[in-house]
Order: sequence, then structure tokens, then C-alpha cells
Amino acid sequence: MFVLIVGCGRVGSSVARSMLADGHTVSCLDQDPESHARLEVGLDNSWEEAGGQFTVGTALETQALEEAGIIEADAFVAATNGDNTNIVISQIAQRRYEVDTVIARILDPLRAEWYREQGLKTICPTKVAIEMLEDKLRGVA
Amino acid sequence: MYVIVAGAGKVGVNLTRELIGQGHEVTLIENRRQRYVGVEQLLEHNVLYGDASELWVLERAGIERADMVIAVTGDDEDNILICQVAKEKYGIDRIIARVNNPSNRAHFDLLGIKPVVSATELILRLLEHEVPHHNLVHLLDLEEEEIEIIEIRLGAKSPVVGRSVGEINTPDNSLVIAVIRDGRGVVPNASTVFEEGDDILAVLDPEREEELKRIFTDA
Repeated sequence: MFVLIVGCGRVGSSVARSMLADGHTVSCLDQDPESHARLEVGLDNSWEEAGGQFTVGTALETQALEEAGIIEADAFVAATNGDNTNIVISQIAQRRYEVDTVIARILDPLRAEWYREQGLKTICPTKVAIEMLEDKLRGVA
Repeated sequence: MYVIVAGAGKVGVNLTRELIGQGHEVTLIENRRQRYVGVEQLLEHNVLYGDASELWVLERAGIERADMVIAVTGDDEDNILICQVAKEKYGIDRIIARVNNPSNRAHFDLLGIKPVVSATELILRLLEHEVPHHNLVHLLDLEEEEIEIIEIRLGAKSPVVGRSVGEINTPDNSLVIAVIRDGRGVVPNASTVFEEGDDILAVLDPEREEELKRIFTDA
């Protein structure tokens, strides 16, 4: 499948590399050209030589999304460092581009929960961290 | 009326002050600490420190009893989110969102956030009215109601110059409501004759715009 990942930070770049290793077509979009370097961590050759795509652009620009391949995408991951950006672009991917699978990373548990109820696939790392910490502490007590 | 305003920039602060002056109850939400401290001196308890896109902050501001939510932060995604949550989670019917970057306008439309206010678009529209670079200017667009008012400048080559209102067959759902000549507007009747340089105002269904344009301009 074709996976488009918006936001090439620690999360986005790692998911991009794993998906590429699994044999999928992977395209990344980030506004910072320097974030390209993160994609190549642990790779023997360049991201492009490994078969990946990288586009510099802002997530809200439809032109950048299209350049990064949103029209062909089967899956869309919103992993920028802004919760609201992720929420808005995920809905754009769902409603405007009708991407089959759309997943948004949302740090705020309350927003993640409400948008999940509205039908968005959300991942909330904060909630996961809270639960793990609670488990660890309860394991000690 | 109880109004929540998100974003204490120039627009948010002045809006809050005006609304309070008009007797409304207002809470202005600002998440930049320094900005908040400065604005609090001016507006005191009407300002709340916090991120208006966090649900608990909106709830602390009393969103459940708000009559209106106005999102005028400098970030379009924040304004979209605040209005979407206000409307869909808390059932606030009346929302207004600011569009900072006109190219984001389509996202507001897509997610049903309306009405929106875009300073850039307003200025461009005024500019177009003052210095039209083509013959047609939109004066009013009621998108929901599917009606608009446009102004058309009649050039020398306009096919209607020298003919009267009665002679021109305008399409259904369109009507010439005024002719502006030498800076004065008149409501035309069937015998009013169009002259070169006239600005005519027409009310119409937006779908009739192309047809009307063909009739009145040389385009």
C-alpha cells in the first residue's frame, strides 16, 4: 500500500522507515527540510535510494499534500507536533481525499477521545504513558 | 448574550472590549502567558489563561452556557478546531472563525465552519471595488441562501449600451436593481437607457452570473 506520513519527527520518521522495510510505498511531508536527515538514521544509503519519498511543505497546503501523493494514498498518518494540525489534516484526508485509512496522533487525551468518538482513528501517546506509569506504580505498591 | 472569544491578539482584545461596552458578558481566552498578563490589566476578570483548543479550558470558560463562540487566534487550525468543538460537541449554533491565510478557506468550508472572516479577502474585495481589474465585483454573497449582489461596469463595447432596461432579457432569478451614473445611483425602470461607464447593480442566483456577464459585458 501507499502510506503518506505528515510530520517527520521521531514518530513519523520511525513509522516511515518500518513501513518502507515492510515493503510499502512511503511518502513523508514535513515543513522542515532538515527533518529528512531523521529518515536516514540507521539506513546504509539515502532515504530516496531506499525507495522513500520526501516532500517539503506545510501540512495545511493542499498543493503540498497532493505533491506528496495524498490522491494515491491508501493510508494517511498525521504526526506533526500540533494536535490541532493533526486533527484538521486528518479530516481533510478523510473528507476531501477519501483516504481509506486515516490515523491521527493526538497528545491531548480529551481531544483524542472526543475525535475518536466522532469516527477518527486516534493514537494518544500521553494516554498510553499515563496508563503505563499507573501500572508500574501499582506494581510497586 | 454570553460570548467566548479565543485569542487575545488585537482583534480579540478590541472585540472583547466592544462587546463588553455593548453590555454583553464576554470571556477572552489566551494561552500565551505574557500576552495574558498584559491583557488582564486591561480587561481584568474577563480574561482566562489557557489554550482554548483544550476542552477543559472551554468548559472552565463556561462553554455550556455560551450563546456564541468567536475564534480569532493567529492559527487557522486552532480556529477550525475551536469552532468545530463548540459547534459539534457543545451545540453552540453561533460561531465565527477568523481565516488568517486565505488558502485555508477551503478547509473551513469542508468542515462546515461558517461564517468566517478573512481580513485579507475583505481588503482584496475593497480593493477590487475601488480599482476593478475586471468588470464584475461581488458586493454581497449569501452562499447559504444562493443569492448575490454584483456590480458590473459597462464598457464601450458592452452590448447593452444605448439600449433600455426593457429591451434586455435578463435571465430568471436575476434583476437589475440600480444604475450608478456619475456617482449617483438610481433605481431603473423599463425605459432607463444604459450608458457607457454605468455601474449596474444586479441581484441574482450565483448560477446566473456567467449568463448575466455575457449579456452586459463585451466578455
